[in-house]
Amino acid sequence: MSLEHWLKVWASLPVLLQGLSVNLALLGGLLSLGFFLGLVFAVLEVYGPKPLRLCAALYSWVFRSIPEILLLLLMWFGPAQFGVRIAPFTAAVLALGLRSSAYQAQIFRGALQAVPAGQMLAARALGLSKFQAVRHVLLPQALRLSLAGWGNEFAVVLKDTTLAYAVGVVEVMRQARYLGSREMPLTLPAYITVALLFLVLTYAGLFALGALEKRLRIPGLEARR
Amino acid sequence: MLLRVEDLHKRYGKEEVLRGVSFSLEKGETKVIIGPSGTGKSTLLRCINRLTEPDRGRVFLEDVEITSPRVNINKIRAQIGFVFQDFNLFTHLTALDNVRLGLMRVKGLSKKEATERAMRELARVGLADKAKAYPAELSGGQQQRVSIARALAMDPKLILFDEPTSALDPELIGEVLSVMVELAQSGMTMLVVTHEMGFARSVADEIIFMEKGVIVEQGPPEQLFKSPKHPRTVEFLRRITELYGGEK
Amino acid sequence: MNLVFRWAWLPRLAQGLALTLELTGLSMALGAAFGIVLALVRVYAKGPLMPLYGLASAYVHFFRGTPLLVQLMALYYGLPTLGVAMSPFTASLLALTLNTAAYQAEYFRGAIQSVKSGQMLAARALGLTRLQAIRYVVLPQALRLVIPPWSNELVYMMKGSAVVYLVGVLELMGQAKNIAAREFRNFEVYIVVALFYLALVFLFTVILRFVENRTRIPGLGVPGRP
Ligand SMILES: Nc1ncnc2c1ncn2[C@@H]1O[C@H](COP(=O)(O)OP(=O)(O)O)[C@@H](O)[C@H]1O
Ligand SMILES: [Mg+2]
Repeated sequence: MSLEHWLKVWASLPVLLQGLSVNLALLGGLLSLGFFLGLVFAVLEVYGPKPLRLCAALYSWVFRSIPEILLLLLMWFGPAQFGVRIAPFTAAVLALGLRSSAYQAQIFRGALQAVPAGQMLAARALGLSKFQAVRHVLLPQALRLSLAGWGNEFAVVLKDTTLAYAVGVVEVMRQARYLGSREMPLTLPAYITVALLFLVLTYAGLFALGALEKRLRIPGLEARR
Repeated sequence: MLLRVEDLHKRYGKEEVLRGVSFSLEKGETKVIIGPSGTGKSTLLRCINRLTEPDRGRVFLEDVEITSPRVNINKIRAQIGFVFQDFNLFTHLTALDNVRLGLMRVKGLSKKEATERAMRELARVGLADKAKAYPAELSGGQQQRVSIARALAMDPKLILFDEPTSALDPELIGEVLSVMVELAQSGMTMLVVTHEMGFARSVADEIIFMEKGVIVEQGPPEQLFKSPKHPRTVEFLRRITELYGGEK
Repeated sequence: MNLVFRWAWLPRLAQGLALTLELTGLSMALGAAFGIVLALVRVYAKGPLMPLYGLASAYVHFFRGTPLLVQLMALYYGLPTLGVAMSPFTASLLALTLNTAAYQAEYFRGAIQSVKSGQMLAARALGLTRLQAIRYVVLPQALRLVIPPWSNELVYMMKGSAVVYLVGVLELMGQAKNIAAREFRNFEVYIVVALFYLALVFLFTVILRFVENRTRIPGLGVPGRP
C-alpha cells in the first residue's frame, strides 16, 4: 500500500462517489418508506383497535428480529418465486424500508406515548376530531420528540445501504471491490476511502439533524431521556 | 333552558362514580359545584361534553340531545368551552396559536380572522403582550388565562371549569378568579367546580353540593352556606373552612 | 407455485447455527472486555493519560461511523495485500469484535456515568483508591445498568453476524446459501433460516430478561433506553 496506490484510488474517486450516490438514493428511498409506514404503524399501535395493535406489534417484532441481509435476500428471491421480477435496487429499498419502518414505528410510538394525555383531551374539548387532534396536536409534538431517536436510525440505515451489495446493486462497496480486483494493491486503500466517506456522511448527517432539532426546539417540549 | 342534565350514570369497573345526577342551567347563570375529591365532579363535567361517555342518562343543550348517537359531537363541543385544572395548553404552540387552533380547524376561520379574534380574547384576559410566548414561558396563572381565552374564542354557549385554580400557587389564584368574575358579570353561562368558597359565595347563582356520585343538596349561596339542610353538607363545609380558612 | 421443504436441510443448518452462536458469543465476550477498557479510558483518563482518551474516542467514532461490511472486507480482502492473511472465520471474528467493542464502549460509558457521583465520593472517603473504587463500587453497579442496552446489542450482533457469509464463512447464512444454490430453492431455504433467527431472538430475549431480573438490586434503577 504505497503512495502510488493511494493516488490511483484518489483518481478513481469519481467512480466511488458515483457508487455512493446509489447508496444515498437507497437511503432516501428506504427512509421515506420507513417514515410513512412507521408513522402509520405507530398511530395504529397507539390509537388503533386492539387486533390492529397486535398486528402492528407483531410486524414490528418480526422485522426487527430477522437479519437485514436476509430480509434483502427474501425480498430479492421471494417475488421471483412467484414470477414477479423486481430490480435489485427496488428489492433493497423495500427490504430495508420495511425494516426501518419497524424501528421508526417504535420511535414514533414512544414519542406519541410521551405526549401527556391532557393534550388529546384539550383538543377534543375544542371540537377537533380524533384525526385532527392527532394531526395538529399530537404529531407535531411527537415528531419533535422523535428527532433524537430518528438520528440513531439514520446512522444505522445509512450504513445498512452497503448490504445491497449482496443482491448485486452496483453501489459503493461493489465499486470498491471492482477497483481491488482490477489491481490487488488498491483493495485496502479503496475500502479505507469508502470507510472515510461513510464517516463523513454519518457525522454530517447527525450534525444536520442536531441543528434541525435545535431550530425546532420549543421551550417546555424536550425529549425526556 | 340552556343546559339540562337528566339522570347521568357512570361506572368505572365496580365503582359507581355517577349515580343519577340531574340539574339544569339557565342562560347567563353561574352554578358552582362543590364536594369532596373523588366524588365524581370531574367525571360529571366530562360527561356533559362527552369527553367521557356516560353509561345512562341524557344531556340537552338548548333542546338538542347531546347524548344522542346521531349528533356530531365535535360540533357540540365547539359550543361548550372547557377549562382544565392543569390548563392543558398545547405545548408546541404559542399562546396565540393555542387560541387560533380551534378557530381555524373547527370553525374554519381564515388565518386573518382567527388572528383578530384570538388577539381580542387574549386582550380580554390581559395577555395581549404574551401572544408570542410558549406555554412553558408563562406562569401558571397566565397559562390558565390563555386557556380561558382559548375557550372564549370559540364563542361558546357555556363554559365548564374543572377546578381552574387548584393547580396554582396561592398568589396566582386571584388573577384567574378575577377574569372569571368578569366573565360571569358579562352574562356568560358557567358551570364551575371549585374549592374557592369566596368565589362561590359572591358569583354563583346557585351552589350544588355533590358527594359520592349524587347531588346531596343545592340552593342559592346564602341559604346553602348559612343554613345547610343536610348533615353531610354541614360536615363538608366545616372541613373546607378548616382547610382553606374562613372568610377572605 | 408450490413451496418445497426438505428435512435433509436441517442438519446443515444446525451446523451453521452452531457457528453463528460461536461467532456471536465470542465477539460479544471479547467486545465486552475491550469495550469496558475503552469506556473506562473515556470516562476516567486524565493528565498524562489524556492521549489515550483521544485514541479511544477516535476508535469508537470510527467503528460506529463506518459500515460493518466495509470493516469486514478491509480485513479479509485488504490486509492480505500487506501480507497479513487470515481465514474467513478469523477475519470475521476480528471484524465483529472490533465493531461491537465500539458500540459496547458507549453502553458501558453511559452506564458508568449514570452511577451517581456520590458513590465515588463515598468510596474515596472510606480510603479506597480510585482504581479500587471503580473496581468495587462503580463497575458492579454499572454492569447491572448495562444489561438492557447490552441485550439489544447481543440481538444486533446475532443479526449482524449474518454478513460474514459474504466472505465465505459457513454459518447459518453460508449454509443456507450453499443449500439454496445446489437445490434452486432460494426462497424456501431463506424462509426456514428466517424462522431460525426469529426463534433465536425470542430465546435470547427471554434468557436476558431472566438474567436482568436475577441480578436486580432494589433501588438500582435501569436507565431508560434511548
Ligand atoms: N378514567 C378513569 N378510569 C377509572 N376510574 C376513574 C377514571 N376517572 C375517574 N375515575 C374514578 O372516579 C372517581 C371520581 O373521580 P373524579 O370525577 O375525578 O372526582 P372529583 O373530580 O370529584 O375529584 C374516582 O374514584 C376516580 O378514581
Ligand atoms: Mg376533579
